[in-house]
Amino acid sequence: MIDMHNLSDIHGLTLAQTAHALAEKKFSSREVTQHYLDRIARLDKNYNAFITVTADLALAEADAADARRAAGNAAFLTGVPFAHKDIFCTQGVRTSCGSRMLDNFISPYDATVVAKYREQGMVMLGKTNMDEFAMGSSNETSFYGPVKNPWDTGCVPGGSSGGSAASVAARLVPGATATDTGGSIRQPAALCGITGLKPTYGRVSRWGMIAFASSLDQAGPMARTAEDVALMLGAMAGFDPKDSTVLDRPVPDYTATLANDLTGLKIGVPREYFGEGLHADTATQVQNALREYEKLGATLVDISLPHSALAVPAYYVIAPAECSANLSRFDGVRYGHRCEKPQDLNDLYCRSRAEGFGEEVKRRILVGAYALSAGFYDAYYRKAQQVRRLIQQDFVDAFKQVDVIMGPTSPSPAFAFGSKGSDPVAMYLEDIYTIATNLAGLPGMSLPCGFVDSKPVGLQIIGNYFDEARMLNVAHRYQLTTAWHTQSPVEAVV
Amino acid sequence: MSWETVIGLEIHVQLATKTKIFSGSSTAFGAEPNTQACAIDLALPGTLPVLNAEAVRMALLFGLAINAEIPKRSVFERKNYFYPDLPKGYQTSQLAEPIVGAGYIDIDLANGSSKRVRIHHAHLEEDAGKSLHEDFAGQSGIDLNRAGTPLIEIVTEPDIRTAEEAVAFAKKLHAIVTTLGICDGEMSQGSMRFDVNISVRKPGAPLGTRTETKNLNSFRFMEEAIALEVERQIDVIEDGGRVIQETRLYNGDTKTARSMRSKEEANDYRYFPCPDLLPVVIEDSYLAQLRASLPELPDAKRKRFVEQYGLSQDDATQLSAERATSEFYEQTVTASGDAKLAANWVMVELMAALKRSNLAVQHSPVSSEQLGGMIARIKDGTISGKIAKQVFELMWTEGGSADDIIDKQGLKQVSDSGAIEKIVDDIIAANPQQVENYRGASEDKRPKMLGFFVGQIMKVSQGKANPQQVNEILLKKLS
Repeated sequence: MIDMHNLSDIHGLTLAQTAHALAEKKFSSREVTQHYLDRIARLDKNYNAFITVTADLALAEADAADARRAAGNAAFLTGVPFAHKDIFCTQGVRTSCGSRMLDNFISPYDATVVAKYREQGMVMLGKTNMDEFAMGSSNETSFYGPVKNPWDTGCVPGGSSGGSAASVAARLVPGATATDTGGSIRQPAALCGITGLKPTYGRVSRWGMIAFASSLDQAGPMARTAEDVALMLGAMAGFDPKDSTVLDRPVPDYTATLANDLTGLKIGVPREYFGEGLHADTATQVQNALREYEKLGATLVDISLPHSALAVPAYYVIAPAECSANLSRFDGVRYGHRCEKPQDLNDLYCRSRAEGFGEEVKRRILVGAYALSAGFYDAYYRKAQQVRRLIQQDFVDAFKQVDVIMGPTSPSPAFAFGSKGSDPVAMYLEDIYTIATNLAGLPGMSLPCGFVDSKPVGLQIIGNYFDEARMLNVAHRYQLTTAWHTQSPVEAVV
Repeated sequence: MSWETVIGLEIHVQLATKTKIFSGSSTAFGAEPNTQACAIDLALPGTLPVLNAEAVRMALLFGLAINAEIPKRSVFERKNYFYPDLPKGYQTSQLAEPIVGAGYIDIDLANGSSKRVRIHHAHLEEDAGKSLHEDFAGQSGIDLNRAGTPLIEIVTEPDIRTAEEAVAFAKKLHAIVTTLGICDGEMSQGSMRFDVNISVRKPGAPLGTRTETKNLNSFRFMEEAIALEVERQIDVIEDGGRVIQETRLYNGDTKTARSMRSKEEANDYRYFPCPDLLPVVIEDSYLAQLRASLPELPDAKRKRFVEQYGLSQDDATQLSAERATSEFYEQTVTASGDAKLAANWVMVELMAALKRSNLAVQHSPVSSEQLGGMIARIKDGTISGKIAKQVFELMWTEGGSADDIIDKQGLKQVSDSGAIEKIVDDIIAANPQQVENYRGASEDKRPKMLGFFVGQIMKVSQGKANPQQVNEILLKKLS
């Protein structure tokens, strides 16, 4: 039990508990903010989870939040500290996207997600580290160096939202924003032993979220519990006239249905997610979680998603194709990195981009440009889009029989730095279970369901379109009867 | 050796929306550089486009005006290339599924015949900014005010055979888009820009290799550029060479053209559907609503002008070409009660005065009411056509109604036959030699000699004598 009166234990509270404590005036926003800033200052050297810490700004926001509460018009999340993935544009604060290209970029405007959290009066502690332009599954592609997994600092935290995941796991923040294009929320959540949710495509505005692959990118929250994730999602979701792909439909109170009974829930278990390539011990942990759900009243249904094997190849055509165009704006002309003494326009382009982008980003731009080029479009891009529709249809068919789908989030627990560095395809297979949901536009989440070799394992829940409330309910009920999500890495509690 | 020229046009028409196609920035021309470029136009990281519904409406109006198929669905795509005035590194355009499908425009030729030019399609896209290579001492400036201005690109079939036809087409297109109110038609500001694809062949032979001359922004430059390029291609072939597929630039000042890039250097634009924009789906009811809102188009208007006002084809064509002109004309007819006089005054005096002052008809200092009021005074004999030019001049420079000016300046025509008779008698008495010559001359020479007496009479009357009465009285007295 956390001693609410002992301020040195504040980081033991979940985000929801922090919000309640603020409401009950157990401590002020300034106190909780200062506490987390101190922890970041003391511990982040071990993890490298932050690219930028905005201490002064955070304390000013905390004071504003305390004033707002004193004035009696606080929202539930007013004064709660958190961090933004450094992919979200934050006015007046460097927004690097993990790249040398944007190392000097101070955004003149706020992303919609950022503006919504600002409206809530939440307190941004800083910007978290990430794979460069969200391209990676290990955080090793960041210009700012890799994030270390708080459970084992010799291992990767997953990616691309590795900084957000590690900062939550290490109790440097109670929650963080993240983005997911092929698994970038769920896989690091699994590898860091926290809870993360990628919403339905179109649930959260992409305005101000630096694009990797526009048809796949979606913002979502990371925190310790499903309840925290529900609170954070509710505050970021909703219509935005600035994003044509966001849907105009009401945002439910995701916390209202968290405790619903699971009796009669039909869980689809895709056989393709338990085949070759899945770490045996990881499989065991996931199977155990499924047993737990049976105890909670759910029924397991064996299902097939027959085109699963095609998801990774289709993704690695579509995502690079979109990124090849999305990253063309980084040309050294208007902002961002520009090479020294360009000889002419072509030299300006070539050297600015060669110097500004890292290897993985360049690889994907080249792959994407190739897939779209004359004579190859039909064989690659068009074919990949056809595959995408087949994958989507697999899920549509499956959801005629089941309420949610469950399986592993990633094939194995956190791996050692450098262990997949030389083989991009091995790295791409990290997302073998997460990519299909992005291609289909479906929501997916990951929650802790056990350990292998003292490293966390994630259970993935895939929901139907806009069924986030049910997924959160399903996750929350599990967390009420299990304690995996309460575990914290040894170093974090030092 | 006779050669046949084959021409196809691609025309960029800037739509007259208030804001840009994917952002809320103003599209007004002539602002200080980069003052009309927001985060979206600058392609800042994280920005997204939102389609301007007004641009869609205008493109659809054009489609309806050229009897085009309007596909149910159209899709924006990204056209990828690097250039400093293209901030995103791609132009958002349409390729596989354009907003306007196949249609046609009938053009009128000098010999009185008309010809149908088929339109392959028209698509919506965004304009680029401008690179400024002067005034920056070895560097280039970039102005993104124009970046994101909505365009429709209209692509014709290769149905055009001569420079004359190309110009007739361009003028007809100009008339259509200005009548629709979807383009301001200001060619000098780049509101309409023509790319001309030209090849030559022996009649009946397969199409020759074509070149594209880009960005012609006046009818005259287009005519000159076509003539120059046709001559060049024929020379190349007749000298035993081969025309190379290339993009060319015409310089209207030096009247020369040069190669910009060859086919080999052409970009692979790697088009693919833009994931930030949803496909545009046009509801039938919306299309019906737009069809009902279509204004009278130039062809229909010209036909009506001939029938209703008794104008010649040429006059009707000229007056119906632009919406502002035709509106001015019709208001002048209403105010004057004389369609033919109104046509002459609008086409001759008004147009000349506007041209001298470099003004568009909608900015004419003389309104249609003023002009019509003056024409009414010609019609009722209050002033002569000659005096009217003075009145017009005064209205132009000082304003006021024709009646006031006639009154104040004492320009009222003298139609008092007694007064005129007295002047005629005086002139005859003062010029006995001319009278004798006149009377001794043959019938065919007399009209010219009569002019001397008319001139003298008008001089004495300060132009105010009713010319018809002068003629009648003079003839009577001299016979």
